[in-house]
Amino acid sequence: MANIRFILVLAAVAALVFAGAYAVDNAYLYFAGYVVLQYVVLATAWNILGGYTGYVNFGTAAFFALGAYSTVVLHKAFPVPLPVMIAVGGIVSGVVGLAMGYLTLRLRGTFFSIATLAMAVVVQTLITNWNYVGGSRGAYILRPAEAPIFGGDYIRYLFLLMLILAVIAIATARAIQFSRLGFGFAAIRDDEAAAEASGVPTLKLKLIATMLSGGFMGMAGAPLPYYVTYLDPASGFSLSYAVNTIAMPLIGGTSTWLGPVIGAVLLGTLQQVATVTISSSLSLLIVGLLLVGFVIAAPRGIVGWFKK
Amino acid sequence: MDLSFDLWGNALVSGLLLGGFYAAVTIGVSISFGMLDIVNIAHPAFIILGSYTAYIANSVFGFDPILSSIVLLPAFYLLGMAIYHIYDISFERRGDAAIRGLAFFFGILFITEVTLSLVFGVDYRLVEAPYIGPSLHWGALDLPLRLLVPCAVSLALIGALQLFMSHTFVGRAVQAVAQDPLALRLMAANPSRIKRIAFGLSIASASVAGAILIIIQPVEPSIARDYIGRIFAICVMGGLGSFGGTVAAAMTLGIVESFTATFYGPSWSPAVAFGFLLLTLAVRPAGLFGRR
Repeated sequence: MANIRFILVLAAVAALVFAGAYAVDNAYLYFAGYVVLQYVVLATAWNILGGYTGYVNFGTAAFFALGAYSTVVLHKAFPVPLPVMIAVGGIVSGVVGLAMGYLTLRLRGTFFSIATLAMAVVVQTLITNWNYVGGSRGAYILRPAEAPIFGGDYIRYLFLLMLILAVIAIATARAIQFSRLGFGFAAIRDDEAAAEASGVPTLKLKLIATMLSGGFMGMAGAPLPYYVTYLDPASGFSLSYAVNTIAMPLIGGTSTWLGPVIGAVLLGTLQQVATVTISSSLSLLIVGLLLVGFVIAAPRGIVGWFKK
Repeated sequence: MDLSFDLWGNALVSGLLLGGFYAAVTIGVSISFGMLDIVNIAHPAFIILGSYTAYIANSVFGFDPILSSIVLLPAFYLLGMAIYHIYDISFERRGDAAIRGLAFFFGILFITEVTLSLVFGVDYRLVEAPYIGPSLHWGALDLPLRLLVPCAVSLALIGALQLFMSHTFVGRAVQAVAQDPLALRLMAANPSRIKRIAFGLSIASASVAGAILIIIQPVEPSIARDYIGRIFAICVMGGLGSFGGTVAAAMTLGIVESFTATFYGPSWSPAVAFGFLLLTLAVRPAGLFGRR
């Protein structure tokens, strides 16, 4: 019951956000808002694995880019509507997440982190050497001039899709947090050996977490080719995705669904403003400094300030 | 047939030389990750920092990159001590090293990379030295000096560290920390102090590793990432903290990469290192040369 009420409230907030953006109807607002929402999805997805179970994933860029490149493939092979592409991107990344988890999750947490970093480079090398999706030259995607619903510019449609995706991701993360699954995840985070000993099926739970987390990252990446219209491996696999998706939950607070949302909205907006007013590399430097500052000085994030 | 033998021989030799260089890049992580259990994923960033200090010494003052990196060892040692100090206060004493410690080093990696690219731009930088360019020839084999000198320097560095670890009091104390920090504390020794020294040494090795990196290839800030996988692959394959294992694993990886580059093309070689790492982790997490 509480879940349904929460989803209704969340949907109302999302509708308000969209109505506000629709009223202003400024193309830049959609472009900037899309990026912030994309980070809300990525940070929430990362937190399902990283925050709830305590396994740090450095390979966000790989899952994200897999989603983006599955869209490139679909665009060239069978041009289906974008929501279908998002679903396919999510499935591809989810399956890769599952395989990845199966290979490495029996190891200590640190090894899992290093393996995710390694996986990002393996996937990037494969994509760079795959000519069908453009190889290292990159791929061009022409987006339709008219959006399917509401008409107007295509970017408005992308913004709407990302908003819906953010609602789904947040609702899922919150539902997990208060379910049996969430308590299992928390048990793994606090003491994996004790959880295993008291009958928590740790490997199964961790696999569910990697699959969900990877799947949402893939979904967040799927619309990217339509957003940038030119995708090359260097930008799709950029390290800034990994840094941002780790920094946002850690700054917001990792133990609840709210932390990554707060972190993504604050840090995402800050970066958009800093990119316009100062420079994009300096805005990345700010993210790095905030990340280090927060993990040292405020280990429980912004949410931790309000909770005793 | 002759041609094919030459190709094989040269691929083998350049793989061995490359492996010698990889050993120098990895030895710092073998100390920090293998012995101290500190997951310093920022190590490659310090190596790139070493490359840039060698670059400045070479291009502005005209010094030899390797000599200048040896002169700069104390500076890197102090930097390492300072970073360990922050890490120790913020994470190890709170018993919270796992997630936040990782994020801390990830942040440091990123800050170093962005700062270097803000200061120096993303152009590739080179150094000049008399041994870059000429090759020794031995029968059909080519021994390029730009690989031979780094390999020799690397083996000397590792030899010196090994002597230090097994023959001095502090070195043995570092090994004791690696084996059992709790027991060390019961002997009334302070593991933090010993670990600070060891971590300083591991960062100091990045100065020399950086100098030989910029001799082997042109350097720009973001190539640090390409080395993360190699370094950890070698460190894990070498059995975490064993210097001999590190050298053996580095040479193995060097040979495999060199054969891949010769027969399939250089664009595949990053995947080889990381594929190797994933396989090692999945099949034998204790490492090919590990004891555990």
